[in-house]
Amino acid sequence: MSLAGCTQLGGSEAAQNQAEVAGETLTLTTTTSTYDTGLLDAIHPEFEEMYGVTVDAVAQGTGAALESARNGDSDVVMVHARGLEDEFMRNGYGINRRDLMFNDFVIVGPESDPAGIQGMGSATEALTAIAESEATFVSRGDNSGTHTKELNLWEAAGTDPGGDWYQETGTGMGEALNVANQQGAYTLSDRGTFISQRSEIDLVILVQGPIEDGPEILANPYGIMAVNPGVHDNANYDLAMAYIGWITSPGAQDAIADYTMNEEQLFFPEAVSENPDFQQYVPEGWSSDSSSD
Amino acid sequence: MPLESAAQLLPAVVDLPFREGYVSSIISVSLYVSVIAVTLSTLFSLPVAVLMGFSEFPGKQLVKSIINTGMGFPSVVVGLLVLFAVSNQGPLGALDLIFTKQAMIMSQFVLATPPITAISLAAITGVSDNVRDAAHVLGGTRLDVALVVIKEARYGIATAILAGFGRAISEVGSVLIVGGNITSADGISKTRTLTTAIQLEARQGQYGTAMVLGGVLLTLVLTINAVVVRLGDEGAMNR
Repeated sequence: MSLAGCTQLGGSEAAQNQAEVAGETLTLTTTTSTYDTGLLDAIHPEFEEMYGVTVDAVAQGTGAALESARNGDSDVVMVHARGLEDEFMRNGYGINRRDLMFNDFVIVGPESDPAGIQGMGSATEALTAIAESEATFVSRGDNSGTHTKELNLWEAAGTDPGGDWYQETGTGMGEALNVANQQGAYTLSDRGTFISQRSEIDLVILVQGPIEDGPEILANPYGIMAVNPGVHDNANYDLAMAYIGWITSPGAQDAIADYTMNEEQLFFPEAVSENPDFQQYVPEGWSSDSSSD
Repeated sequence: MPLESAAQLLPAVVDLPFREGYVSSIISVSLYVSVIAVTLSTLFSLPVAVLMGFSEFPGKQLVKSIINTGMGFPSVVVGLLVLFAVSNQGPLGALDLIFTKQAMIMSQFVLATPPITAISLAAITGVSDNVRDAAHVLGGTRLDVALVVIKEARYGIATAILAGFGRAISEVGSVLIVGGNITSADGISKTRTLTTAIQLEARQGQYGTAMVLGGVLLTLVLTINAVVVRLGDEGAMNR
C-alpha cells in the first residue's frame, strides 16, 4: 500500500524514515470543526502517503479530545481553546505545542435580528443585547473550544446567561447551527463550520470576527500538541512529531490555505513565520523562574 | 405526501454525495462488528439458556430478572463502561483496543447477550416436557436431550438471535464512544457504522445523506429478517 509513496520519494533518508514508521497508525483526537469541514480528509492523504501510515482522526470537541489524550488514548491532539491547552501542558500531558492555523468566531442569527445586533463592533455588547431582549440563544454546552469561547464572552460581557431563552444543546457545531436555524435563534459559530453549512441553513452572520475586521476577541486559533511519552509510554511519539512537523511545514500550511468550501477559505495557516512566536511552545504566562540564563 | 418526499429525496439518491467505497465500507464495518458480536453472544447465551432451562437452582428468578433488566441497558452506559475498560488507563488498556472494531464488538456483545439469552430461555422453557421425556425414554444422554430441545426451540432461538442482531446493528451510543467514528482520509470506514455515519451527517445538517444511509440500514435489517423468516418457513415445510 505504501510502496508507491516510497518510490516517489526516492531519497534514502525518506525511505529510512518510512521503514521505521510504515504501517503504523497515528490517532489524532480533534474538534468537530476541523473534521466536519472536511479539512483533515483533504490534507491527510499526503502525509499518509509520505510515511506509509494511517491517520485515525477522531472528532470529539476540544474538551473530549484533550481528555482522550490525557488518558493516553491518542497520540496527537488538535484543538482550539488556548486556556484548556495550557492546562493540559501544565499538567504534563502535552508537549511541543505549535500554533497551527486560525479562523474566527462569528455571531450568527436570523435575518430578522430581534435583538438588533447586526453590525455591532463588539461581541460582548451584542451578547448583552441578546440577553436583555431575551432572544433565543443556542449554546453548544459541550465543553468544546467554541463553548469555552462563548463562556469567556459572557464573562467578558458581565452577564450570567440563563432562563428560557438560553438553550444548551450539548451537541457539535453543525447540530447547534441546525437547532439555532430551526428556532430562529442566535448562536456563536466558528466561521469554518458556518461556511460549510451556509447553504443548508437560513442564518446570517450578524457580528463578524477579526478576519472580516471584527473584534479581536472573536479570534479562533488552533494549536497542535504531541502527547507526552514521558507520561504515556504507549503514545506513538515519533509519528506524532512527524505529523506535527509535516502539518506545520510550508507545504501542508499551503494546503490548509488552499482548502476552500463554497469558494471561501476556511482556515488561515500561521505556523510558518520569519519571526516565530516562542509563546506557542509553552503555556501562556509561563516563565522559566526556576532556571536563569 | 410520501410520494412527494420520495421525489425530493431522489436527487440525493441519483447524485450520491459519497466518495467511492464510502457506503460499502461503512456497511461492511457495520455487518462485521454486529455479526461477530452476535455470533459471540449466541455462543455464550445458548449454553447459558440451555443450562438455565434444564436446571432449578436457588436464585434462578433473580438471575432471570437480571437478564431481563439487561435487555434494557442504555447503550451509552455500556459504551462508557467499555471505554473505561479499554482506555489506556483501564484494566484492558495494554491491549490498545480503544477506537477499534474489537472494542465495538465488546460493547455490542454486552448489548446483544441479554436479549439473546432471555428470548432463547423463553423458547427452551416453552418446549413441551413430553418432548424431553420422550428423548429421555429413547435413551438419550443429557446432551442428546439438550440438542433435541434446541432443535424444537429453533424458531424461538432464531428470533432471539435476530433480536440481538437488531439491537447490535441499530445502536449508536456505544459504538460512537468506543469506536470513534473513524474513516480514513479517502473515505474508507475503519470504525464508522451506518448509525454513527447517520449521526455525523445529521450533525453536519446533511439530512438528505442521513436519510439515504437510514434507508440502507433499514433495508439491511429487513433483508436479514426476511431471509431468516424464509429459512424458518422452509424448515417448517420440510418437517
